[in-house]
Amino acid sequence: MLWYVIRRLLLVIPTLLGVAIAVFFLIRVMPGDVVVVKLRADGAAVTDEAIQAERKRLGLDKPLHQQFTEYLIGLPQLDLGKSLWTGDSVVKEIALRIPVSFQIALMSTIIAVVIAIPLGTVSALYRDTWIDHSVRVLAVSGLAVPSFWLGMLIILALLSLFNWLPKIGYVSLWEDPITNLSVTIWPAISVGYRYAAVATRMMRSALLEVMREDYIRTARAKGVWTRLIMRRHALRNAMLPVVTVIGLEFAFLIGGLVVTEQVFNINGVGKLFVDATARGDFNLIQGLVLFIATIFIFVNLIVDLMYAWLDPRIRLS
Amino acid sequence: MYRAILCALTASAAVAFAAGAAEAQAPKRGGTLNFSVVAEPPNYDCHGSTTFALIHPIAPHYSLLVKFDGKDYPKVVPDLAESWTVSPDGMTYTFKLRGGVKFHDGSPLTSADVKATYDRIIAPPQGVVSIRKAYYSDLGVETPDATTVVFKLKNPMAGVLEALASPYNCVYSAAKLKQNPRYPETEIFGSGPFTLVGHVKGTSWEGKRFDGYFQQGKPYLDGYKIFFVKSAAVVPGILGGQFDAEFRGRNPSERSQLLDKMKDNLAVYEGPWVTNLMLVFNTTRKPFEDVRVRQALSMAIDRWGGSEALSKISILKYVGGVMRPGYAMALPEADLVKLPGFAKDINKSREDARKLLEQAGIKDFKFKLLNRNVPEPYTPAGVYSIDQWRRIGVTAEHEQLETKLYQDRVASGDFDVAVEFQADFMDDPTAQFSKFLTKKTSPSGYSGHTDAKIDEMYEKQRRTIDVAERTKLVREMDRYALEKAYNVPLLWWQRIIVNHKKIKGWHMTPSHYLWQDLADVWLDQ
Repeated sequence: MLWYVIRRLLLVIPTLLGVAIAVFFLIRVMPGDVVVVKLRADGAAVTDEAIQAERKRLGLDKPLHQQFTEYLIGLPQLDLGKSLWTGDSVVKEIALRIPVSFQIALMSTIIAVVIAIPLGTVSALYRDTWIDHSVRVLAVSGLAVPSFWLGMLIILALLSLFNWLPKIGYVSLWEDPITNLSVTIWPAISVGYRYAAVATRMMRSALLEVMREDYIRTARAKGVWTRLIMRRHALRNAMLPVVTVIGLEFAFLIGGLVVTEQVFNINGVGKLFVDATARGDFNLIQGLVLFIATIFIFVNLIVDLMYAWLDPRIRLS
Repeated sequence: MYRAILCALTASAAVAFAAGAAEAQAPKRGGTLNFSVVAEPPNYDCHGSTTFALIHPIAPHYSLLVKFDGKDYPKVVPDLAESWTVSPDGMTYTFKLRGGVKFHDGSPLTSADVKATYDRIIAPPQGVVSIRKAYYSDLGVETPDATTVVFKLKNPMAGVLEALASPYNCVYSAAKLKQNPRYPETEIFGSGPFTLVGHVKGTSWEGKRFDGYFQQGKPYLDGYKIFFVKSAAVVPGILGGQFDAEFRGRNPSERSQLLDKMKDNLAVYEGPWVTNLMLVFNTTRKPFEDVRVRQALSMAIDRWGGSEALSKISILKYVGGVMRPGYAMALPEADLVKLPGFAKDINKSREDARKLLEQAGIKDFKFKLLNRNVPEPYTPAGVYSIDQWRRIGVTAEHEQLETKLYQDRVASGDFDVAVEFQADFMDDPTAQFSKFLTKKTSPSGYSGHTDAKIDEMYEKQRRTIDVAERTKLVREMDRYALEKAYNVPLLWWQRIIVNHKKIKGWHMTPSHYLWQDLADVWLDQ
């Protein structure tokens, strides 16, 4: 197990290097100039001299190979350069947004797990009954309704029913739990509902499949209680694909709450990604892609480790 | 149309009267003004910026030498300068500074700081970006004593005071600039009415009263807090009580939404905006090099009807030439309606447009209209123009791109016709004509024409100090530009501000860059 983890961690290095190289060159193919957006977007007549001066200040006048070399040298030291928009370190820009994105992703995951596992299980157990139909309607609705739209409905409802909106800005959970939760719960619900819908359907179908397995039939033939069968044999096996879905969704949510963060004025990683892309802030885009790739790699590793825990037959080697 | 402007001005006057009445009350001290800004500044350096996203949070921290009067735009009034004199030949401006002005750390502000500031703007040191360097290139700064600043012009220059009143000319500390000429990018250190409390990136900006501010008793507010939000979040934010104002501008639909819900608690300000949308014809591409084609496309557009219709759904409203309608140097309506594209009889105008296209040998004319994918006001402007061209048998395909991609295409000349806009902090023709010039003279001469005459006219008005003579030249240039139609204004914007009525002492100017130092603002609560 330890060797497996070490080997996987070592594999992170070439993977991230590949991502870094690909993203460095790919984003430079994109049209658009961050300096022009910065200086001319408000309609002012800015001279070419001023544009060139700003390009020089940002180091964009250097040859591409020199920019690439500097970028590669910085990577092992976790120096991802400076944002071409704000001039602040990319690491600082991303670090500022991680807590709120991480918290919302985590809360959405908790909401999804708490809803999906019982509902998916009940739906599978009472297949083709009104309970199953109700759960399926709920799940399909969750898949059909975009999270940002649900978010907008939540905002409108809060506004028209209570004439209230959550405070703008993020306060740490430890500093002021009530304000923190009043800000983060709404995006977590709007994202968590869709997330729960995906996981519920996965749970239901995985459980139905497991319930048809020979060892379940044997256990039933032996007269083992249904509850015991579920707990000891069915659920753990059915959880394998569900864990994969939950893991991938969690990783996605860290940087993927693009529209939802905008709807709720959340200053998270998703919003930063959108802003960086709209402005053509290469350094920040590179940093964000590397950050999200790292999250995916580590979440995948955790999912693989959970496989072994859920199903002892799986040997990690 | 001019009646509409008159109405708007009357409305503004009414609001101003109401504001005046409010100010007849003694301003109350205290409270925090919460407002939103729909963009965030990239850094804190006024000299290297062109955006209101910097002005709205940062202006309250800095003083200017002189500033535009929010109550009486475009009058220029003292800020750091107590008074000034202009030499009879108009080549020397001498400013006497107020005594006892302090920076936020208590150190005195002297003429050396003003000189260091303008030297940084005119001749930026290595690594410093000065956007308006060319604008001030004719100025030299001298400081005979600690309270006197003298600007000597190398060549005659019109609108010197207005140029010096730029909200971007924040006065920095000479001592700090000496240590690090780039300190204003990352640090707030000024002599304005508020000091910085903090900036939470992507979220908020906070300032508190500077007790050592040079205007006794001001500012009235204890502080201010800005929330950086997307434009769509402004109305819910005001309705939900998250903040009380937004000072750039809202559209008619948002105004209605707010009035529906909070009618009794709002103050609405409306008037012309120093910003217009224009159509840029790429004269390096056929058939746009032909003046008949450009004129025909301009003449097909019913601006007067468009003003009526579009002003209800967007911020587009006023019909005008290159200079803002209502501005002293703008073309009078009687002159404007004689120019191609501005006639009131649209049927006759379109008939003439068809004839011009025929004369130019154009049949089945199709082209692409390049535009930003920004809904307000670009999309309605594009859709309206396309519909108007359809009425003379011209087909235009609307190509809307993300701003970054749009700008790349326009700057590289990869377009047929583009929807562009002109905005600056003031009406002065030297600023307003920049997009109408040749590319040789102005980098924003996107139409790519090589007509040196317009550059000559521009330079001549820039060097004419006599206001009456300059007005004549500017109107002549305006007429010439509209006849040649390299770029044609579509409609000028209307500025609509909807704030909580408890906010007093704030006045709406036609520019969203001005009067934002908040020194006179107070809360009636």
